[in-house]
Amino acid sequence: MAKSTARKKPVGKLIVTGILSIGLYAALLLKQDVVIDMFGKGGMYAFLPIVTAFVFSIIHGSFTGNFWTVLGIEAAKKKKEGN
Amino acid sequence: MHDIATNFINLDAITILYLFGVGFVGGLVSGFIGSGGAFVLTPAMMSLGVPGLVAVASNMCHKFPKALVGAIKRFKYGQVDVKLGVVLGISAEAGVLFGAHIQEYIKKAFGDAGSNLYVSASFVVILALVGGFVLRDAWKTYSTKNMDGEEKLGLLPLWVRTVNIPGTMVYFKSLNARISVLFTIPLGFATGLLAATIAVGGFIGVPSMIYVLGAPSLMASATELVIAFVMGLGGSFKFALSGLVDIRLAMIILAGSLFGIQLGAIGTTYVKPFTIKLVMGAIMVIVLFSRGLMIPVYLSQLGLIGKISDGMISVLKTTSFAIMIFALLFGAGIVMSSMWTGLREEKRREATRQQAQGVLEHGEI
Repeated sequence: MAKSTARKKPVGKLIVTGILSIGLYAALLLKQDVVIDMFGKGGMYAFLPIVTAFVFSIIHGSFTGNFWTVLGIEAAKKKKEGN
Repeated sequence: MHDIATNFINLDAITILYLFGVGFVGGLVSGFIGSGGAFVLTPAMMSLGVPGLVAVASNMCHKFPKALVGAIKRFKYGQVDVKLGVVLGISAEAGVLFGAHIQEYIKKAFGDAGSNLYVSASFVVILALVGGFVLRDAWKTYSTKNMDGEEKLGLLPLWVRTVNIPGTMVYFKSLNARISVLFTIPLGFATGLLAATIAVGGFIGVPSMIYVLGAPSLMASATELVIAFVMGLGGSFKFALSGLVDIRLAMIILAGSLFGIQLGAIGTTYVKPFTIKLVMGAIMVIVLFSRGLMIPVYLSQLGLIGKISDGMISVLKTTSFAIMIFALLFGAGIVMSSMWTGLREEKRREATRQQAQGVLEHGEI
């Protein structure tokens, strides 16, 4: 039983998405000057913040989801089964 | 063209942690009630020296990816009505654009104080009416000990279901009924109008889905995330065209809020539907006092009442901001405690079930 529960925990995914997420944030903060310059231009550059937001939401969203799962905080079973 | 250097502030570790923390609590509340976490972010950013428009733009640019992640999470729990969310979201987008025009007009005609007065007065009137109604309903459910019962349809949603306007009827799974989209248009529009005014359209969106259309609380709050995504995406692009989005601020808030929204979404699977109404109503009523405190300040700045001293203005501003933070923490506290109780019950049930299974297997042997 304990074995099957441990198998369910997405530790590998957590590590991969965590590294990717840290990479994204490091790039954003270490290259602030470039980012501010490009993203503040407006016009056609408006796509940049939108695309960035989507990329961060996918990577970091996946990381945060795995984070709570690995900690054992998951949705109530009865509701999951009910739907 | 906007001056980039004056629009975007310098970030230090304390600022990053502050935005991450506010983002987390805001996300937690949004994941639970569908919205409501964003109202504190614009003033929080402005308190760091971010210009008002950049704060609004960056807040919006963190909202739509957050809403997307929350909507996907709650979709997995079967709580999202995508069709209803998109239909309401499109009319909400129109409401946002109209609301922005009203804001511009008021700012031009009456200046910053007039604009602030309009925003605060809208907060007070709408939150008093809608928040009071939602909280009263939650209290009624609690006091009649009917918390586990099915949510009953009121007279208004029952009437909405009887109206048949050919060519406009659409089936929505959250309502389990066909209704005319002509009802959804003004509701979506009002949601967008409120979002453009006080940054939280969900304070109209969620109650209108529950009390006008008859959606269950859990589905209404989850579907609001779809509306927030549609509205936020359009709004962010509009601001980005003028170069007003500070993506660093938006993504740092998003870093915290994605932790929060996942947790808030998980929390909805542990609570009774009335808890959604309780958290939403309580936050609305507390925030109402926060904005109400600022009304005399703006009235004084417009010369409509006597002058208020700078010291008193500073006290009122600080108190108002503190109440806003309290509202958010209060909501987050209810979410966390409800979830904690639910998790413990779940673990206890699981242990009992396993124990019973063990006894049964042993008995069979």
